[in-house]
Amino acid sequence: MSTTAEQLHDHHHEHPKGVLAWITRWLTTTNHKDIGTLYLWFSFLMFFIGGFMAMIIRAELFQPGLQVVDPMFFNSMTTMHALMMIFGAVMPAFVGLANWMLPMMIGAPDMALPRLNNWSFWILPFAFAMLLSTLFMEGGGPAAGWTMYAPLVLQTGDAFPFLIFSVHLMGISSVMGAINIIATVLNMRAPGMTLLRMPLFVWTWLITAYLLIAVMPVLAGAVTMLLTDKFFGTSFFNPAGGGDPVMYQHIFWFFGHPEVYILILPAFGIVSQIIPTFARKRLFGYASMVYATASIAFLSFIVWAHHMFTVGMPLAGELFFMFATMLIAVPTGVKIFNWVATMWKGAMTFETPMLFALSFVVLFSIGGFSGLMLAITPADFQYHDTYFVVAHFHYVLVPGAIFAITAAVYYWLPKWTGHMYNEFLGKVHFWASMIFMNLTFFPMHFVGLAGMPRRIPDYAVQFADFNWVSSIGAFGFGISQLLFLFIVIKTVRGGKKATSQVWEGAHGLEWTVPSPAPHHTFSTPPDVNLMHKEAHS
Amino acid sequence: MAQAHNDYYVPHDTHWWPIVGSVGLTSLVVGFAMALNGATGIGRFVMIAGVAVTLLMMFGWFGMVIKESSRGLYNKQVDRSFRWSMSWFIFSEVMFFAAFFGALFYARVYSLPWLGGAGSGALTNELLWPTFEFAWPSAGPDQLGGEFQAMPAWGIPAINTAILLTSGVTVTWAHHALRANHRGQLILGLFLTVALGLLFVGLQAFEYYEAYHHLNLKLSSGIYGSTFFMLTGFHGFHVTMGAIMLIVILLRSIKGHFDPDNHFAFEAVAWYWHFVDVVWLGLFIFVYWL
Amino acid sequence: MRHARAGLTVLFSGILLFLATPALAEWAVNMPVGVTPISREVYGLHMLIFWVCVAIGAGVFGVMLWSIFHHRKSRGVKAASFHEHHMVEVIWTVIPFLILVSMAVPAAKTLIRMEDTRDADLTLKVTGYQWMWQYEYLEDGVSFYSKLDSESNKARQLNSGIDPESVPHYLLNVDNPVVLPVNKKIRILTTANDVIHAWWVPALGVKKDAIPGFINEMWTLIEEPGIYRGQCAELCGKDHAFMPIVVKAVTEEEYRQWVAEQTGKSEAETASL
Ligand code: HEA
Ligand code: HEA
Ligand code: CUA
Ligand SMILES: [Cu+2]
Repeated sequence: MSTTAEQLHDHHHEHPKGVLAWITRWLTTTNHKDIGTLYLWFSFLMFFIGGFMAMIIRAELFQPGLQVVDPMFFNSMTTMHALMMIFGAVMPAFVGLANWMLPMMIGAPDMALPRLNNWSFWILPFAFAMLLSTLFMEGGGPAAGWTMYAPLVLQTGDAFPFLIFSVHLMGISSVMGAINIIATVLNMRAPGMTLLRMPLFVWTWLITAYLLIAVMPVLAGAVTMLLTDKFFGTSFFNPAGGGDPVMYQHIFWFFGHPEVYILILPAFGIVSQIIPTFARKRLFGYASMVYATASIAFLSFIVWAHHMFTVGMPLAGELFFMFATMLIAVPTGVKIFNWVATMWKGAMTFETPMLFALSFVVLFSIGGFSGLMLAITPADFQYHDTYFVVAHFHYVLVPGAIFAITAAVYYWLPKWTGHMYNEFLGKVHFWASMIFMNLTFFPMHFVGLAGMPRRIPDYAVQFADFNWVSSIGAFGFGISQLLFLFIVIKTVRGGKKATSQVWEGAHGLEWTVPSPAPHHTFSTPPDVNLMHKEAHS
Repeated sequence: MAQAHNDYYVPHDTHWWPIVGSVGLTSLVVGFAMALNGATGIGRFVMIAGVAVTLLMMFGWFGMVIKESSRGLYNKQVDRSFRWSMSWFIFSEVMFFAAFFGALFYARVYSLPWLGGAGSGALTNELLWPTFEFAWPSAGPDQLGGEFQAMPAWGIPAINTAILLTSGVTVTWAHHALRANHRGQLILGLFLTVALGLLFVGLQAFEYYEAYHHLNLKLSSGIYGSTFFMLTGFHGFHVTMGAIMLIVILLRSIKGHFDPDNHFAFEAVAWYWHFVDVVWLGLFIFVYWL
Repeated sequence: MRHARAGLTVLFSGILLFLATPALAEWAVNMPVGVTPISREVYGLHMLIFWVCVAIGAGVFGVMLWSIFHHRKSRGVKAASFHEHHMVEVIWTVIPFLILVSMAVPAAKTLIRMEDTRDADLTLKVTGYQWMWQYEYLEDGVSFYSKLDSESNKARQLNSGIDPESVPHYLLNVDNPVVLPVNKKIRILTTANDVIHAWWVPALGVKKDAIPGFINEMWTLIEEPGIYRGQCAELCGKDHAFMPIVVKAVTEEEYRQWVAEQTGKSEAETASL
């Protein structure tokens, strides 16, 4: 981290040296690039902590019988793993990328509200410190799954109120971050940067920010009801008082389903930046990409109950949510087809970001296909709460969200640090990740279909072989990520100097500024109209 | 500095308030959590310290913004950033209330009728709650919290509706006055708005007193009590916050802040006030009346 | 070139693994077909949508791979400049939509049949507890609890030293199985006493949450006598993994006999009290 600071120091006006000054600087910075860096390192750390928890899960599931942890601790690992990954790793990584790139992509001097931006970030370390501390509390960490279903979650020990409040803090952080992003995109574009000229990463983030503002408060409401049910005698989720445990699920998933698109739309944006660059060809169907993203966001609000097909909804509800869910395949398909059409008749090269982006397209689609299978209600009665679901969402989250973030890091790292990463190591990282990831998660389809429930620390012996494979894959995948850390640190410290454009096929404002990007960019807005004319003549 | 070329205000100095705010918020919730877990004494202490630090942060931060604004650092574009942000913030608040309205609708339209045997709940009623009949208001099959009376709509709530609607008018009047540079009317309008807001809060408090002492209507009175108090309670909290913000605006107006073209803080608070107004209409209709 | 080939290998070995189902009989890789009309329908739907996805995947990934092979810079190609085509875009919006409609229709039909619990011959009420099941036969007056058998229970303790492989039906065995007659429409009511559980037996093609305070309904019609095993399918706390379900499907006579024994037993129990 200190080197990153050093890097940026070069371009900043006289920063005093010394530990205290260093701390002060990062605590109080209002610069979008600094804050982006903070978000990204924070997210990396959370990814490692969440991943470490996954390693504990996989170690316990390595073979049947209980060898490593007791069931309660296992459950809290599952719960915390998901919370760390979703709220700690993926969301902050996207916000970090947005911080770094959005102002540069639209030609703005900074985010719209730089100080609020600092606060959005600096809430997170507190929220996660609080959440992690629950593992050491009386009664153990939260162990009711990341979905925190009532009434089970009400049995949590001392961790309970800390869990609820850390979710509140994360919500405040996300909403403020999202507000900042919307204000930036709507208000800070350089002259000539019309909405339909914005890079897709900007578009997908704009829509994601809207989703965040719409649903994070709903999650806050849901967990507030949990809190009052436990401590203040309300009966939202208690049938004896006229409530219903299923009501919690409706409110949670009204948040939860849009949330999963929050975890993927920025990834779509990233891939839509990378593929055209390395195919040396304009993105196919730009406008339809924008409309598809908007349709996905719209549909995401009316499909939530596909997570609850087995709760005993009335038939009409089950039918409606099945049909609505299936519809999402259409706009998502449009995106996939557009990416393939962008590659078609391009002149492709396969640098590490492109490799991650290409495997994103294939592996995310596989995850999407299993999602579509889950949407078929009668079949979901069989799939629900099995490892088939676990396989589905890891396919959309790991080679989906995580690969896209990784691709973005390789893609923009030269712009951030001024150095090229080591291409050979990058490729090793890619192949190791890709192979181990499939080894980990593909067999989960099989055990799931064969009947292995999720959220169990121990299983019947017929599931042993595939679980063994999964665990091996998981350890391999975990170790591969150490290589990623190494590559990033190495690139931050030095390496071949990067040019401004970095990639031969790269287009967009961020590639017009030097690498590393100076501390302040576009203090004078660029004239995009002019650039557009040049590009088309 | 960078604004030499572009006049969008980008702060460059070190900025401590956010981290102070984080410390404040964290102590607030940590203290609250400790108190809930039984460590009441120390928990309360930590919590109050957290509230104090958070308030300090708000004073400091807003104070700084006000100063910068009066020094003319904010151009039209900065003003637009504030406007977008405030609008989206209000939208997020709307969604927060939506969760609780959702709970109310779900309980009334689904869970209670099912418990009473309607639709797919026939067996639920027959096997688990055979004596329960659907009605609204209800504290559920077990009458949690005991017999209670619902809060009638046409007493205090109706008066409160009138009060809030009037305060919406007075704040708009104040806004027109500000734009026309009639300082006297501005201050009077704001003063009336604040007074009406506080009157509303007072009446609401009285209503709660009535509920607890004469109607046996409590937060623990089943789903009716839960939705009634959580919805009106969060709303009342928002009115209180709005009233405090109005007081700040009033004081600033008295000190001569704002001019006819430049008064975003005033407008933000006015928007917020209209928002609590609209939420109240929803409450009046769905919580009290129907 | 080398990379693309490796990518190909990985991709297709995944698909091949699926296709090689029979060869991997030991390593169960697919959903059981089950022993009820509904479970068979569900299996059919599952395979239908699976093959549809495989076909679409093969098409999309095929085109992509072709492009990766042929449209690479190292082959000296120059990038084309087209970037939209309305007709194509309409086509690839409409065709997936039609495919989806054609899948939604049979799915909806099956779903409607699954939710029709009328005219059942027998009603079984299942109540979930942390961590066991209670079964009540509403017409026949039989009622008992069912929990993990003691052998599995011993073996599943942390570092028990007992090899799970040595325990018959490790984690899938109970002390008192549910006995049900074959060829009868059985209505199953689920509810719970503490937190949410879910009653699931894959071979019967049914899963429903057991929710405290509410009753859910589902039905099944078992066509072959046999023993069918399942597990709780909703996280319900510490021992969620350890509350299995065992259904013993028997002929009608055997069922009657069993009921008689049970009621006799419970009468004897009450008498001795
Ligand atoms: C990034 C996150 C992400 C994404 C993008 C998705 C995408 C989708 N998900 Fe997934 N999902 C999760 C994350 C995600 N999901 C998580 C975390 C859970 C579990 C939560 C928990 O319980 O803990 C879950 C669970 C989940 C369930 C509940 C399962 C259960 O618990 O029983 C369902 C059911 O319908 C579902 C469906 C879908 C569908 C239909 C899509 C669609 O968006 C997919 C669309 C994409 C494609 C279909 C592929 C590409 C399309 C084409 C090539 C076009 C042509 C294709 C056809 C016509 C078939 N998901
Ligand atoms: C973005 C989200 C995300 C990501 C990235 C991951 C990543 C991983 N997940 Fe996770 N997972 C979820 C979201 C995610 N998961 C969710 C939502 C659930 C559901 C929770 C619930 O049921 O409530 C879940 C549940 C879940 C389960 C099911 C648990 C259960 O049902 O009981 C499993 C089991 O294998 C699993 C495994 C993994 C693995 C092996 C990885 C790997 O990709 C992780 C790899 C990363 C590292 C390993 C870190 C880096 C390396 C080190 C720290 C060095 C040390 C390394 C070694 C010692 C080898 N996850
Ligand atoms: Cu009972 Cu899980
Ligand atoms: Cu979903």
